[in-house]
Amino acid sequence: MECVFWLVLAAGFWLWPKHLALASHVLIAGLFALSYDLILGYAGILSLGHAAFFGLGAYAAGLLAQHGWGEPISGLLVAGVCAALAGLLTGFLVVRGQDLTRLMVTTAIGLLLFELANRLSGITGGVDGLLGVEMAPLLGAFRFDMYGRTAYGYCLAVTFVLFLGARRMVQSPFGWSLRGMRDNPGRMLALGYPVPRRLIAVYTVSAAMAGIAGALLAQTTQFVSIDVFSFNRSAEVMVMLIVGGAGVLYGGLVGAAVFTLAYHYLSSLNPVYWQFWLGAFLIAIVLFGRGGVLGACERVYRLLRERRREPASQP
Amino acid sequence: MIASLLGVLFDGLAYGMLLFLISVGLSVTLGLMNFVNLAHGAFGMVGGYLCAAAIARWNVPFLAALPLAFGASALAGLVLERLLYRRFYRRSHLDQVLLTIGLTFMSIAVATFVFGPQQQALRLPEYLSGQFSLAGVDLNIYRMFLLAVGVVLTAALTLVLERTRFGAAVRAAVDNPRVAEALGIRVGLVFQIAFAAGCGLAGLGGALGVEVLGLDPGFPLKYMVYFLLVVAVGGTSTLKGPLYAALLLGVADVAGKYYIPQVGAFIIYAVMVILLILRPQGLVSR
Repeated sequence: MECVFWLVLAAGFWLWPKHLALASHVLIAGLFALSYDLILGYAGILSLGHAAFFGLGAYAAGLLAQHGWGEPISGLLVAGVCAALAGLLTGFLVVRGQDLTRLMVTTAIGLLLFELANRLSGITGGVDGLLGVEMAPLLGAFRFDMYGRTAYGYCLAVTFVLFLGARRMVQSPFGWSLRGMRDNPGRMLALGYPVPRRLIAVYTVSAAMAGIAGALLAQTTQFVSIDVFSFNRSAEVMVMLIVGGAGVLYGGLVGAAVFTLAYHYLSSLNPVYWQFWLGAFLIAIVLFGRGGVLGACERVYRLLRERRREPASQP
Repeated sequence: MIASLLGVLFDGLAYGMLLFLISVGLSVTLGLMNFVNLAHGAFGMVGGYLCAAAIARWNVPFLAALPLAFGASALAGLVLERLLYRRFYRRSHLDQVLLTIGLTFMSIAVATFVFGPQQQALRLPEYLSGQFSLAGVDLNIYRMFLLAVGVVLTAALTLVLERTRFGAAVRAAVDNPRVAEALGIRVGLVFQIAFAAGCGLAGLGGALGVEVLGLDPGFPLKYMVYFLLVVAVGGTSTLKGPLYAALLLGVADVAGKYYIPQVGAFIIYAVMVILLILRPQGLVSR
C-alpha cells in the first residue's frame, strides 16, 4: 500500500505532466503538514505559529541564493539548521505552560517574525517579496526548467527522505514516548521521562522540517513572499493536518493534497467563497468527521472487513 | 512635551477602555469556562458593521445604533452558543480552536461578501466630533465619550456581578459548577446568558470602536492577539484585572506607535512573549 502511494507520486511525471508546479506545491505543503503532525499529532503541542519556521527556512534559502550561493542542497541544509536553531530557542518557551499559553506564545512568535520581516524590508524586500533568487542546477546537472520537472523531482525526493526519517522517529521508543506525553504527561513524568526535554527535541526536529519545506518553496519558485510568515499559513497547516488526519504520518500528505486542490479549484471561482467554505468545512470536520480523511478510510475499511467476516462465522 | 504625553495617555486610556469592553466577554468564555474562543472578535465585528450599516443605510441616530449593535451581537452569541459552542465545552482545546477559527474565517468571508473589503467609515454626530481644550491639552470629544461609556458600563457590570442574585449565580457556577448545579442553579443557562452578554458587549465595543480601531473584514484576526492578551494578563478572578490590563495595553500600544513608530506592532508581541515567559502558568489560573 505504501509503495503504491509513492510510486503513484513518482509516476506523476507522466500522469500529470501539465500540473507539475501544482503537484510540487502539494508536496511542499505535505512536508510542512508532516512537520506539524510531529508536534500536534504525536506530541500534542498546540501551535498557531508554525509558519514562523516555514518562513525562516524560506528566507534563509532565498537570501543565500540571492547573495550568490545558488547550490540548492546545501541551501536546503542551511535553511533547516536555521529553522532548527529557532525551534530550539523558542521550544524552551513553548513547552512551558498549557495549551492556551502555548497557543498564545506560538501565535506571538509567528506574528513577531512577520513584523520583523516587514520592518527589515532592506534585507527581506518587505511586502514586495524577495526578488532575484537565482538557483544553480540541481546536483550540477538538472536545471530548474519552466515546466517544473526538476522542481517536482527535487520536492518528491526531499519529501520522501524526510518522510522516511519521520517514520523512523515515530516508530522508535522516542516516538512512542511522545505519544505517552500527549496522552498523559503527568504519568510520563512520574515514570521518569524527561518530558520537557523530549518535547523541545521534537519541536526542534519539526521546526527543521518546516524550514526545509519553506526552503523548497523558495528554491523552486525562486521567490519569497512575506506571506510565508502569515497567520493564515499557520492556521492552514493545522487545517490540512486535521483534514488528512492527525497522528498518522500520511495524514499531512493526504490533507495537503485535498486542501491544495480544493483551494486551487474554489479560489479560482472566487477567493471569498474559498474562505467561507474553508470555515464551514472546518466546523463540519470537528462536528462529524473524527480523524479526517484517513480516519474515515479506516472506518470504512474496518466495516468492510467485519462484513466479510460475518458470513464465515455463521455455520 | 507634557501636552503630548497627556494626549498619548488620554488616547491610550480611551483605546484601552474599548479593548476592555470587547474583551470582557472573552474573560468569561476563555478564563472562566476554559473555552478557547478565537472567534470573539467576530462578535465585535458584527456590532461594528451593524452600527455602520444602520447609520449609513437606515439613518438611525448614532446613540440608537449602539443598543442595536449590542442586541444583534448578543443574539448572534445566543444562537451560536445553542447550536455550536455548547457541544464543545467538554471537547479538547484543539477542537475548540478549530471550531472558532472556522467561525472566524466564515465571518470574514461573509463580511467581505456583504460589505466589501474596504474600511468602513462612520459619520459621527456633530456633538461627538471635534476637539475640546482643557488646560492647554486638546482632547478629542469622542474619546471623552468612550471613556465615560466605559466607566459607566464597568460600574454597571461590577454592580451586576457583585450585588445581584444573577451575579452570585455566575460566581458560584464558575467556582464550582457541580455544587452550584446541586444547589439548584441552572449552570447551563447561567453560562448561556453570560456568553450572550459578553458577545453583546463585544458588539457594543466594536460599534464604538469603528472610529478608533477601524473596521474591515480582517478585524477578528487583527485584534485577536489583543483580546487574548487582555484576558491572559488580567486574569479572570475579578473585573479589575482585565480592566487594568486593557488600559495598560492601550496606553503602551498608543505610546509605542506615537514615540517609536518604526517599531510598530512589534512591541505588543514582544511584551506578550515576555509576559508569558514570566508567568507561564499563573496567567489564566483561577
